Amino acid sequence: MSGAEGKPLVEAQGLKVHFDTDDGETVKAVDGLNFSVMEGETFGVIGESGSGKSTLGRAIVCLIRPDEGEILHDGCNPFTLSARDLRRHRREYQIIFQDPHSALNPRMSIIDSVLEPLEIIGGADGEERRRRALAALDRVGLGAEFAERYPHQLSGGQKQRVNIARALILQPKLLVCDESVAALDVSIQADILNLLADLQREFGLTYVFITHDLAVVSHVSDRIAVMYLGVFMEMGPAEEIARRPRHPYTEALLSAEPLPLPSAMRTKQRIILEGEIPSPIAPPSGCRFRTRCRFAQAICADERPAFREIESGRFAACHFAENLVLQGENRISGKAAGRASLEQNEGFRP
Amino acid sequence: MSRSATPASAAPGEQANGGPTRPEAFLPEASTCRCSDLRSAGNILTVKELGISFRTREGERTITSGISFAVREGERIGIVGESGCGKSVTGFALLGLLPRNITRVSGQILVDDSDINRMKERELRRVRGRKIAMIFQEPMSALDPVFTIGQQIGEAIRTHFGVGAREARERAIDVLARVGIPLPERRHDEYPHQLSGGMRQRAMIAIALACEPQLLIADEPTTALDVTIQAQIIDIILRLSEDSGTALIFITHDLGVVAETCERVLTMYAGQVVQDAATDAVLVRPRHPYTSGLMRSLPKLTRRKAPLPSIPGRVPSPAAMPRGCRFAERCAFSQSRCMSEQPLFEVASGHYVRCCRHAELELPGTLA
Repeated sequence: MSGAEGKPLVEAQGLKVHFDTDDGETVKAVDGLNFSVMEGETFGVIGESGSGKSTLGRAIVCLIRPDEGEILHDGCNPFTLSARDLRRHRREYQIIFQDPHSALNPRMSIIDSVLEPLEIIGGADGEERRRRALAALDRVGLGAEFAERYPHQLSGGQKQRVNIARALILQPKLLVCDESVAALDVSIQADILNLLADLQREFGLTYVFITHDLAVVSHVSDRIAVMYLGVFMEMGPAEEIARRPRHPYTEALLSAEPLPLPSAMRTKQRIILEGEIPSPIAPPSGCRFRTRCRFAQAICADERPAFREIESGRFAACHFAENLVLQGENRISGKAAGRASLEQNEGFRP
Repeated sequence: MSRSATPASAAPGEQANGGPTRPEAFLPEASTCRCSDLRSAGNILTVKELGISFRTREGERTITSGISFAVREGERIGIVGESGCGKSVTGFALLGLLPRNITRVSGQILVDDSDINRMKERELRRVRGRKIAMIFQEPMSALDPVFTIGQQIGEAIRTHFGVGAREARERAIDVLARVGIPLPERRHDEYPHQLSGGMRQRAMIAIALACEPQLLIADEPTTALDVTIQAQIIDIILRLSEDSGTALIFITHDLGVVAETCERVLTMYAGQVVQDAATDAVLVRPRHPYTSGLMRSLPKLTRRKAPLPSIPGRVPSPAAMPRGCRFAERCAFSQSRCMSEQPLFEVASGHYVRCCRHAELELPGTLA
């Protein structure tokens, strides 16, 4: 399941999605992304609210048409297909949303919700649809006794299982999970993450995992992209990003994560970002993170840093990415913490 | 910033850690007497045998029962647990905020020797805001949309201190500046909708702190915020609590937030306190299977892709609460003796656990 091999299932080339506001302004939700998601990998996207990560998720499954650039599925641009072919194509690219309750029709029984996609694509008779829907429910851990129930009779975790069954029944290649575990309690969240991992192994699924939760994204992902104001700040293998971030924004995110560790095991050098994410209507000139960055220099306002490969498989958009020594997730083991403090003595050399 | 309020040691579970004076041991039959020594000098809040029930169409439903704890001056305690365990409802009860026509609150909530549970609305108004203040998860619904931020802070100041409009304005601007709101003079005259989520939560904290309460109850104050804003808000709450000696009850589902803010943590499950101990002790050696389960189900940055140990089953509903240990049916360690009612055992000085197998179980904590 490593992302480096295999062929890309999704490719984004110069992807831009802009929205017009009532005041005649333009929200640049996604503003120029280039990346690919390999077959069978889990690609994590992390960002704060307003970073454009949900817009990206919708663009990946063709729920939003890009304003510039394109999304390629298996090398083909789905928006060049006829309406009929696009509908057929969409089956293989599914999405699960954050709120499991609002994603289900309260007036439909669970089994009807799950077999609805089969009715829409047609082909199977009623008996066969029902059989396949029950099998899908069973696969996500819901027995036949749930079939005739309604969404309000289920807990949040059970409802999210129904949504997963509903997405799975069309045997997709790709599943976008947009904050799919954010609304769940930790033990239920653990159940759903385990289920998603099992399904990936069983069906060779590819995931795009969109979340604001660093621990979740690092746990599930092979590679991670860090998004801020419509662009990627950093992208690379999950483990390396957590251990050794190459962008000051990633460093700040890692540092802000509260860790359930005893006081003696926590370092006190916490970086607290000042201010809030600026408006995507008028993002800062040059580097978009510069207004909150502790390393910002004059060049950061003047020039937009290129999103470039700074070492094999690792990309970052920071003028100083090659030289910065940043602290990673070093609050976990004494050994790692020792290494990080040693590095910090060398300091910042732009 | 200094967050090392609690000294760590190889076996912090055995440390006294300056907890309030309590009876040395709890025998099963003595479980209800736990509160007898809870009150001691320096406690600003003492809760004894707090029970909350709601009247429903199906009859009375007990939501929490037998909750006893005390908060010392300047102490920061966390209340953790999953949704539906009774943590928020406990927070509301501490301020007498539960609707009296449909709830029954038993036990005592003592502040300066008076029982909040027996106070009339008039007396409650003198305590709320002045002695105990509360901030909520969703600042937009807690703030009044038709009044400016300044009016809402000023109202509290004028009510409790009887000062004039001009002084109230000055104090309000001062407290807005203290919670890190830029341009406080301007923000003072703005309405809640003109502020971002993080700024609204700061404004809520400003209202809560305007009257210098002795105790601040924060109910999931950072749950709706981004992680970088959460770090800012936690930093402000901690700094203000340290500067002014305000005690804190931090209600949250996030063990990480508790680890960073609180010296002591109560774990709640199905309406009961199942563990009450120093935070560091709990993180290293949880002693209760539910607390341990919560910690183990957290995704970790270190163990990528490994299956997460989750807790099977669901929280029992108030209508069908088991008679014995309420966690037994989800617990991997339950035995026949767990089917009888579980008292709180003192397993070390200041460390209480509601589990009869506490002595024999070696449960993994957050480091495992």
